Amino acid sequence: MLLLIPALPFLGFLVNASFGRRVSKAAAGAVACGAMIGSFAVALLSVMRLLQLEPESRAIVNQVYTWIASGDFRADFTLRLDPLSAVMIFVVTGIGSLIHIYSTAYMHEETAPEYARYFSYLNLFAAFMLVLVLGANFLVMFVGWEGVGLCSYLLIGFWFQKKSASDAGKKAFIVNRIGDFGFVLGVLLAFVRFGTIDFQELARAVAPMGPETDFGTISLITLLLFVGATGKSAQIPLYVWLPDAMEGPTPVSALIHAATMVTAGVYMIGRNAVLFGHAPQTLLVVAVIGTATALMAGTIGLVQNDIKRVLAYSTVSQLGYMFLAMGVGAYAAGIFHLYTHAFFKALLFLGSGAVIHALAGEQDLRRMGGLKSALPITYWTFLIGSIAIAGVPGFAGFFSKDEILFRTFAGGHVILWTVGILTSLLTAIYMFRLVFLTFYGPRAPEPVKPAHPGDEEPAAHRAAASRPSHPSDRTPPTGPPVTHTDAAHLHDAPPAMALVLIVLALGSILAGYVSLGGRFEHFLEPSFAPQRVEAVADHGVELTLMVVSSIVAVAGIAIAAYFFLKNRAAADRVAERFAGAHRVLEHKYYVDEIYDAAVVEPIRITSENALWKVVDVRVIDGAVNGVADTVGNASEVLRRMQTGSVRAYAASLFLGVVLILGYYLWP
Amino acid sequence: MVPLNHYLILSAILFAIGTAGVFVRRNLITILLSVEIMLNAVNLTFVAFGRALGSADGQIIVFFVMTVAAAEAAVGLAIVIALFRHRESLNPESFVSLKW
Repeated sequence: MLLLIPALPFLGFLVNASFGRRVSKAAAGAVACGAMIGSFAVALLSVMRLLQLEPESRAIVNQVYTWIASGDFRADFTLRLDPLSAVMIFVVTGIGSLIHIYSTAYMHEETAPEYARYFSYLNLFAAFMLVLVLGANFLVMFVGWEGVGLCSYLLIGFWFQKKSASDAGKKAFIVNRIGDFGFVLGVLLAFVRFGTIDFQELARAVAPMGPETDFGTISLITLLLFVGATGKSAQIPLYVWLPDAMEGPTPVSALIHAATMVTAGVYMIGRNAVLFGHAPQTLLVVAVIGTATALMAGTIGLVQNDIKRVLAYSTVSQLGYMFLAMGVGAYAAGIFHLYTHAFFKALLFLGSGAVIHALAGEQDLRRMGGLKSALPITYWTFLIGSIAIAGVPGFAGFFSKDEILFRTFAGGHVILWTVGILTSLLTAIYMFRLVFLTFYGPRAPEPVKPAHPGDEEPAAHRAAASRPSHPSDRTPPTGPPVTHTDAAHLHDAPPAMALVLIVLALGSILAGYVSLGGRFEHFLEPSFAPQRVEAVADHGVELTLMVVSSIVAVAGIAIAAYFFLKNRAAADRVAERFAGAHRVLEHKYYVDEIYDAAVVEPIRITSENALWKVVDVRVIDGAVNGVADTVGNASEVLRRMQTGSVRAYAASLFLGVVLILGYYLWP
Repeated sequence: MVPLNHYLILSAILFAIGTAGVFVRRNLITILLSVEIMLNAVNLTFVAFGRALGSADGQIIVFFVMTVAAAEAAVGLAIVIALFRHRESLNPESFVSLKW
């Protein structure tokens, strides 16, 4: 039965990929949504069956077939459902279904073949993601790991007519390749060291050992795996692809680049909790990288002017939190944040999608404002999402973020905790800056040039433009976009989108309550066993920290309200005062430029001047042409021997016979 | 009785004359005649050896060679006629166009 969970979306992909261009949009959308909802239903049934088992032995294993058996090496195509993967399939199929439904409305202006292509990619992504989280060994996980990378590439570059979109797709794919290389090395090393790639067997093999105090094999394995995680989950130093991934359609950003795929790295660490638990040095690296990423992305998010980019940096920052949790050994807290984050970040992305949709593809915050009354559903749901991510008590984000910070503090990482609290403040500020700039204040269609001309989403653009949609009109909008001041364009989310927003808003409020009384943690415990979470029962400290983080969240909202609601001039003054810092942040610490200069350009120059013009042209082409020239020159000489004179031939024959006979007969 | 060596020496002389004829004569018909001389030199060797060894094998092979030589002469002369019609010449040096 487990096989059905990824198989249904895969079937949907096959149908849409094969027949999609011949059927109507409604049929293509129905197939895709049906496949996802069916998968969700099967997932729910499986989780229900899982819950009926004894807590200690909660696992359903479905060995589909033996994939590779060669000598000592054995890899089965096995799916395994345990509490950890149960949380993941719940998120992937649940949020996935909602986003499929949302997409039917959002992508409605695409032509039928494009529409089917979009949904086939989306279904394929869901199938691979489910394989990733259900796989019982590294190899099956890797199939999903690479598959989601492929789908991410396809979907980022969905509007491939736009150069920036196809570039962003390539960037995501190549950056992920770097991480995947580390991941593969880690898996190979694990096999060499322990002789197995099955998660369970690996955990059993590692469990009896003591933690590795010096830097040994386990540390190296986990560090390499973590390199893979930094690529997939957008952490320093490989986070640069995620902000650019916003070139894809907004529902894709919500599903892949916020709720599911980017959390794969966090999931992978949770899956190998025992392994990582034995490498304290790697864990420290994970925690530090996570915290640094959270802070860095949070500061960048403060000054970005593209609504989706702010959300992208927010995602990077929240992923940093999850890695912080993993790094301090609070695996359950990290997975819990993954789960709540999926709700509110999907909600925020879909809300921003509704705004973009309403504004005919406008993504620049500076040209938004005052949308509160025009888009009530979007406004309220977006507000709920923002409150949830800011960490206001009572909403989902509070429970998980507070848990992580508390665990960090309890683990003695005071510096990390301080940075975490600071990031939490930043989160509240940039999220409410977004809310205030989008929904409050005057609608100011300033004639500013967007930082990235042509960033508008073609789908949304066509949706709101009053011209009838021509199926043949495939030119994406380029050049400075027209300022849309026409009030007729402003329309709230269509029913399918509104429904999804409301469901996700409810989730953003309620999702956190499952953790009350440590139930979530207790549920996940078997997956992280035998790395038992020691009960830290100091309620006094927990309560104090809870109050601190609540105050921080509210303070962040207040700061944002002061600068972006009450007194925008003050915000500009601050920006001018710290013009240098502001510029650095606006250019994202110049990381793209540094990478360009330090990595891309050297590779390009070496490739062009050394590999192409020397190795390829001189050595390889030289060898090929050299052989041809040698043969040619030799023939030029030898052909003189063919005179055409019969007597010359006869003479050479005679000479040959004399020579051969002479050789044999000479005494 | 004539010893075997005399036959062989005569045969070698005949063969050398034939070979020289093939290389030095400028007339296709003469060249064909020279080839016949070479063949007959070989025939003489066969017969001489057959007699020396007291077997009839040598003579049998000679019959085969003579048959082939007759056929060869017929074909060869036909080709010579065809060539002559083509170039009005019997000089082998005028037929060297089969080359690079």
